[in-house]
Amino acid sequence: MRRIARFAVLMAMAVLAGCGKTDFSDAEKKTIASLALNTLPALKTDTTNRFADVPAAAALGSTLFFDLGMSRDGTVSCSTCHKIDRQFQDDLPQAVGVGRTNRRTMALAGVARDPWFFWDGRRDSLWAQAVTPLENPLEQAGNRAAYVHYIKARFGDRYERIFGPLPDLSTVPANASPLGTDAERATWNAMSDQQRDAVNRVFANIGKAIAAFERSIEPAQTRFDRFALDLATGAEAKGDAVFSSEEMLGLKLFIGKAKCVTCHNGPRFTDNGFHNTGVPPVAGLPPDRGRVDAVGQVEADPFNCFGAYRDGDVSACGELRFVVKDAPELVRAYKTPSLRGAATRPPYMHAGQFSSLDAVVAHYAKAAPSVEGTSEVHPLQLSDRERAALVAFLKTLAE
Amino acid sequence: MASIWRYVLAGFGLAALLAGVLAIVYLTAPRSAQPFGPDVSRTKKTDNGLYVATFVPERGVVRQGELESWLLTLKTKTGASVERAAIAVSGGMPQHSHGLPTSPQVTDYLGDGRYRIEGVKFTMSGWWQLRFAISSGAGSDTVLFNVVL
Repeated sequence: MRRIARFAVLMAMAVLAGCGKTDFSDAEKKTIASLALNTLPALKTDTTNRFADVPAAAALGSTLFFDLGMSRDGTVSCSTCHKIDRQFQDDLPQAVGVGRTNRRTMALAGVARDPWFFWDGRRDSLWAQAVTPLENPLEQAGNRAAYVHYIKARFGDRYERIFGPLPDLSTVPANASPLGTDAERATWNAMSDQQRDAVNRVFANIGKAIAAFERSIEPAQTRFDRFALDLATGAEAKGDAVFSSEEMLGLKLFIGKAKCVTCHNGPRFTDNGFHNTGVPPVAGLPPDRGRVDAVGQVEADPFNCFGAYRDGDVSACGELRFVVKDAPELVRAYKTPSLRGAATRPPYMHAGQFSSLDAVVAHYAKAAPSVEGTSEVHPLQLSDRERAALVAFLKTLAE
Repeated sequence: MASIWRYVLAGFGLAALLAGVLAIVYLTAPRSAQPFGPDVSRTKKTDNGLYVATFVPERGVVRQGELESWLLTLKTKTGASVERAAIAVSGGMPQHSHGLPTSPQVTDYLGDGRYRIEGVKFTMSGWWQLRFAISSGAGSDTVLFNVVL
């Protein structure tokens, strides 16, 4: 009798335990599958850069990326901030080149898939992005005339094998740029149109070579991807593809109640858009209004998609052609970063405002209003257990 | 002996109760996230009834995160094609209080009242709205289309 009673109790417990298990609905499974790395499409051809998939261009780009000579004083390269062993970022709240900048260095995995570059999207192609820090006085702090002379002196043969003959630089001043010091700007303005175009063309090709290299930097498979693949195929998860109940809960919240997936969607966990999420400014940094101030900059950039240095035809310029120019939601809007690998690269946000994922989750749950413009985030009731679960899930994207 | 049957009966009773509770939970749970979603018809009368508008993706499918072109077809009440209409496009996500991530524009007139709208991009799943302000010889009117991804 007692045995039967015990059996009945055990059965009831088993049924109840089954109810508590985290299961995913068909809709949730579909969302999870859409986040997995195996749904990342092949990298599209960049018709604006006809050297994008030329191996010699990528090799030169790689050399330039790590070359300290690509700076005013020979101390800073792209890799100073985009560190190869640190997901191509530097773990600092704000990047430090020749000086301290006002923005966090962005990790580079999958960067060639972005429609816009920098936190505010002030450039519209990877090659136009790559030349921008070269002339930023706080980053590499050089000037384009000096870079072009340097390329000829140091890498002339390699350059010409890829891009064809270098222009005659004998009459081009040593230092000149439309963005440089007063003296460099004056020298630039005194140059002929032909000289300026010749310098700009070589400068653009520097960007195209670096971009060709950066196309090889792609996101790696993570524990989440192995879990998602098993979930999609119905295979029994093995090894590290098994999620703990906390990680399962975190994933369920990420795609459900916490609504993270609204913006962090697709296999790169980004909608490639710009949003005001109420992230506070950093005291002591210059005013920063995000996307709203970047639109004019990308439109004025001579290396943008409409400019003379684009390869291919104008049909590749849809993003710039249909860009939103003046909407209130552009104020303090910043790019949605990919969350792949994010757990192991604090601090977070466009100026490193938060030192941990716990702080990020707390910020989104609280949804404090933005200092300027309107935050798109709404307050969310999350228990301590739920917050910890979200962080636990995010860690599976970095393992 | 009788007491064993009492336990078995109690076991059945508990199981039946559990099944009943689960049945109620499942039967009353919403079938989908949006049981009464917005009207997603692709053809509708404009707000003041001046035109009949049809709005469809040019390639037949909607892909999230990509610039796409859509076709807006305008007919009058009597079914005549509306030519040379001036069309302004706006929209956004009503539940997120933000506009469109791009500025779609009419880029071509394809004849038979069909206008190509380029630069449409839906960056996230959810409820999107596209509004068209239409002006032609037949007068000015507006129409709103819902797109749910």
